[in-house]
Amino acid sequence: MEKRVTFGKWTIGILFAVPQLLLIFTFFYWPAGQAVYWSLTLQQPWGGGNIWVGLDNFRSILSNADYWNSITASLIFAGISTGLAMFIALVLAALTDRQLAGSRLYRVVLIWPYGIAAPALAMAFRFILAPEAGFMAVVNRVWPGFWDPGLDGADAMASIIVAFSWKYVGYNFIFFLAAFQAIPRSLIEAAAMDGSGVIRRFRDIQFPLITPTIFFLLVINITESFQDSFGIVDIMTAGGPANATNLMVYKIYSDGFKGLDYSGAAAQSIILMLLIIVLTIFQFRFIERRVHYR
Amino acid sequence: MVERTPFLNFFTHLILFIGFVFCIAPFVVVAIAASHNLRDVNDVPMSLLPGSDFWVNIKTAWTTADLGPKLLNSFIMAAGVAAGKVIISALTAFSIVYFRYPGRNFIFWLIFVTLMLPLEVRIVPTYAVVANVLSPYQAILDVTGLSWLIEKVSGVQVSLSLGLLNSYTGLIMPLIATATGTFLYRQFFLTVPDELTEAARMDGAGALRFFIDILLPLSRNNMAALGTIMFLWAWNQYLWPLLITTDQSHATAVTELKQLIPNVGGIPEWNIAMAGTLIVMLPPLIVVVLMQRWFVRGLIATEK
Repeated sequence: MEKRVTFGKWTIGILFAVPQLLLIFTFFYWPAGQAVYWSLTLQQPWGGGNIWVGLDNFRSILSNADYWNSITASLIFAGISTGLAMFIALVLAALTDRQLAGSRLYRVVLIWPYGIAAPALAMAFRFILAPEAGFMAVVNRVWPGFWDPGLDGADAMASIIVAFSWKYVGYNFIFFLAAFQAIPRSLIEAAAMDGSGVIRRFRDIQFPLITPTIFFLLVINITESFQDSFGIVDIMTAGGPANATNLMVYKIYSDGFKGLDYSGAAAQSIILMLLIIVLTIFQFRFIERRVHYR
Repeated sequence: MVERTPFLNFFTHLILFIGFVFCIAPFVVVAIAASHNLRDVNDVPMSLLPGSDFWVNIKTAWTTADLGPKLLNSFIMAAGVAAGKVIISALTAFSIVYFRYPGRNFIFWLIFVTLMLPLEVRIVPTYAVVANVLSPYQAILDVTGLSWLIEKVSGVQVSLSLGLLNSYTGLIMPLIATATGTFLYRQFFLTVPDELTEAARMDGAGALRFFIDILLPLSRNNMAALGTIMFLWAWNQYLWPLLITTDQSHATAVTELKQLIPNVGGIPEWNIAMAGTLIVMLPPLIVVVLMQRWFVRGLIATEK
């Protein structure tokens, strides 16, 4: 779509874009380029010059068992938490869309988690899921040693998954509800008149119509699970125990800023960038499709 | 709906109620734990009746993590990011929609790409840039030979440097440098009728006049939505402020929460930790509750 009426002088036009361009050059394009450069050199911390090493950084990262462990942990985290957050939100939104008495209240409250900072949420869940106090302590009384996220990697992973999915249930719920409400009532009512039941209507009418939203949220949830997980991991597990929750973004932070391995961290950043770019391109294609849809 | 489905209605209510409880439980648990004394909060099982130490704990958490100045810092950062985004995105969208110039599409794509890479994945070099924000420009001068030329001609060695660590500017600027918002405005500007522009031009209004007097007042809804979303997003940032605020004077409330994690050894002070958590989670929650309608509309409109 184009405007017919525009303001002529192009020099003035560009001036309006200059602040944004300066900002994204300085804080986006330059650092992104720098990351690529650093990943191909051996960078001394505190500016001791650098040596061109080509793909050596990638080779050493990819041959490191810790890195593969970090990828596996990220994928497990992304898969399970996205699945949980999407499934629960979908069920809740579908049921809220039936508009029985009280569904307004649900609609209001179910959005709250989205506003909470991941670290604050993580702190709350760290307490709720602590082995020695709170509620898991009760379970531990009955089965001693059942739950200890400080020692058991699987328990730690479960903790961060619970915290992350809890937040994103609220996020997904908004989008699902909006999608359900965009479906014309008459369509569903006509089907009901023809005698199809609630489940049948969901399967044959509502579900197909919200698939674009499902794909969109799937990608958003997965990309966010690679980034937004940082605060949760830092507060709840700090990557432990024994690297069990050392997700990719957390490893970049700890290798780069604690280990001062800039080149290694840069190489890891590039790999994560590529991963996210692929996911985002995928996402834009679906958004486009969705726009045609409506 | 047309039919009667008492059985299904019962299940709908049941599941929604369970969802409601799960959603609200963490808030309730945090608030109750924040009201207990040290012994009661560590009781197994913890009593779900509120204790009497709520204000004592709030006070202790407030002073331990020095939350007064930290909340102020969070507020400055979040408001700065929200304001910056609202203004800069509007300017850019105006440029893209209302002017024809060579390279306009290229600029559009330059901005579009920034949506793909979150700050988290370019965190190490971004940190380096903020440590000396002029380093990109110094590098350009060096590579093009300009700094050599200047040195030859004037004898002055060019070394541009401006550190932004531990400053509000350093906290805010990199968070503004993405395209969220530009597209929200763009979509909206495209729906503004051409007749309006034509009439304004007929009356002799220039570009700037049209932008300020006509376009911006029309975009109030977009501004409110974008401002709210960006405020929440910036308030909840963690990794970036954690890195660049190496001294306490510019730390934010969210990063200071870490101070309250109970130490290993001794009886864990969960009551204090939860009191602090409550304080930190409250401001964005209030914003969500107050701005719910804008916020939901905007969230769906920006797709983020």
